Amino acid sequence: MKAQTALGAAAVLLLATAVYTSLLASPPDAFQGEYVRIMYAHVPNAGVAYLAFAITFVTSVLYVWKRRPDYDYIALSATELGVLFTGLALVTGSIWGRPVWGTWWTWDARLVTTAVLFLIYSGALLVRGLSDDPQRGARLAAVIAIIGFLDVPVIHYSVVWFRTLHQPASIAPGSLKIAPPMLVALMLSLLAFTVLFAYLLRLRTRLARLEAGVEL
Amino acid sequence: MKRTRLILAAVIVAGALVYLILGGLRGAIVYYATPSEVLAQGQSAVGRATRLGGQVVPGSRRRDPITLELRFVLTDGKATVPVVYRGAPPELFTEGQGAIVEGTLRADGVFAARSIIVKHSEEYAPPKTP
Repeated sequence: MKAQTALGAAAVLLLATAVYTSLLASPPDAFQGEYVRIMYAHVPNAGVAYLAFAITFVTSVLYVWKRRPDYDYIALSATELGVLFTGLALVTGSIWGRPVWGTWWTWDARLVTTAVLFLIYSGALLVRGLSDDPQRGARLAAVIAIIGFLDVPVIHYSVVWFRTLHQPASIAPGSLKIAPPMLVALMLSLLAFTVLFAYLLRLRTRLARLEAGVEL
Repeated sequence: MKRTRLILAAVIVAGALVYLILGGLRGAIVYYATPSEVLAQGQSAVGRATRLGGQVVPGSRRRDPITLELRFVLTDGKATVPVVYRGAPPELFTEGQGAIVEGTLRADGVFAARSIIVKHSEEYAPPKTP
């Protein structure tokens, strides 16, 4: 419980710092002006969504293989958080797209594959909820989660494989296309969101365990 | 036995997805066509709904004072297509930057745009102070 409180405190402090660096300490962009600041909310949401579904993928494989309920509690929690952060990535992307691209939404490969990801894991949660037998629901959700994870590399490389409106990654091995003060703001924001995610994941997993009637 | 069937089904579905994504869609998901591609279609491109993307040629942007039409030229470095648009472009629409227009190519070779979307690069830097 102590560790949980410490994690929460760290998340609050890091988020406060990230708000400061994102909104005040970092410079505007040469082309986008102040709109670039939306990136500091958009990219971490997408990054944490990837992380969440990676955890869902690993724990789902382990659950199907070992059948230990503990893996399912983590898989369920990570799926819920992944859907939340994917939704936030879509919303912040839309808010960023409106002033910069001139449109809230368009049928670009990056956007569509991300919306598909949201639907796949929403579907996994739905299938789990619809099943009368919780264990059967958990197994079905795990299978959807494992297959659905294929979409994550597709999203990531969509901007490379396909000709898209969405720009490619600014941070890639051997190429850094973002100025240092902006990189600092982005990394700090990524770290803050990751710690927040860790806090929420632990809390939700504990809740799932309690709900299942298992003693802590 | 049930588990083997489940794994088998999962592998088949996963395989089909990979095949679709890598084989079928890879060349097909193209958000916009370049000026060269549109011009290569010749007369068949005329009147067909198209998304055309390229760089806005510096110095090509002008507004007709009488019709209030916005005119500019899009290029991919090899070919150019003149574009006409009625209305206000997005705030960040700039010469020398990327733009994607939706509309149709007219018989006179001018692309009549219904909408303009600005495409920006993945480079982020503070403005250079003079």
